[in-house]
Amino acid sequence: MPVRIQHEDFDAGAEIARLRADDPRVGAVASFVGVARDRNDGAAISTLALEHYPGMTEKAIEAIVDQAKARWSAFEILVIHRIGTLKPLDQIVLVVATSSHRGDAFAACEFVMDYLKTEAPFWKKESTPAGERWVDARESDEAARSRWEGPG
Amino acid sequence: MKVTVLYFARLREAVGRDRETLELPAEVTTVGALRAWLIARGAPWSEAFTEIKRIRAAVAQEMARDDTRLSEDAEVAFFPPVTGG
Repeated sequence: MPVRIQHEDFDAGAEIARLRADDPRVGAVASFVGVARDRNDGAAISTLALEHYPGMTEKAIEAIVDQAKARWSAFEILVIHRIGTLKPLDQIVLVVATSSHRGDAFAACEFVMDYLKTEAPFWKKESTPAGERWVDARESDEAARSRWEGPG
Repeated sequence: MKVTVLYFARLREAVGRDRETLELPAEVTTVGALRAWLIARGAPWSEAFTEIKRIRAAVAQEMARDDTRLSEDAEVAFFPPVTGG
């Protein structure tokens, strides 16, 4: 499955090995791991609760992966995103892209992350010393996505 | 027309439920009209939909706009801007 939403942690090394196994066309593997920080917007974070929209989240990420594959010469793209309660140091998300050359692998991986941040239905709620709060969407994430929308 | 409306995250907490099945009046045929009709129901929808900024919508699990048309038994979702990754 190229898109997995799960409570469990993941082993990036094992996932990368599996994704490129027996495919000698692959000359480049780019990966991104998003991790829970211990601070956000000036507050200490003790836990992070991740909610999603079952069904739509998977479809939205699959559509992003399809767009990336149409745009770059990527052989395989894997996305794993965790849900549930996480804490600082925990892994949140893994994106892996394989290609013949690094340019396509880097670009596909970054494109998937930028679109996931703004299009895939996930919501984070963080626990701070002052109580729980929903994380606000960042304009910088919108900007990161829109730079892929220009001509070409 | 009957539709199922889902709410997520901050909006779910603000309206105090995660879903409801609604029988809509004949004139409510788009996402925008449904949003206005929910607000017109009063609290808690009116407060929730005005206090939470940039609420987005999906129909049949696809991102939708205010002019997206609704169909019988549609699954319509409203939610705040997404914050995954």
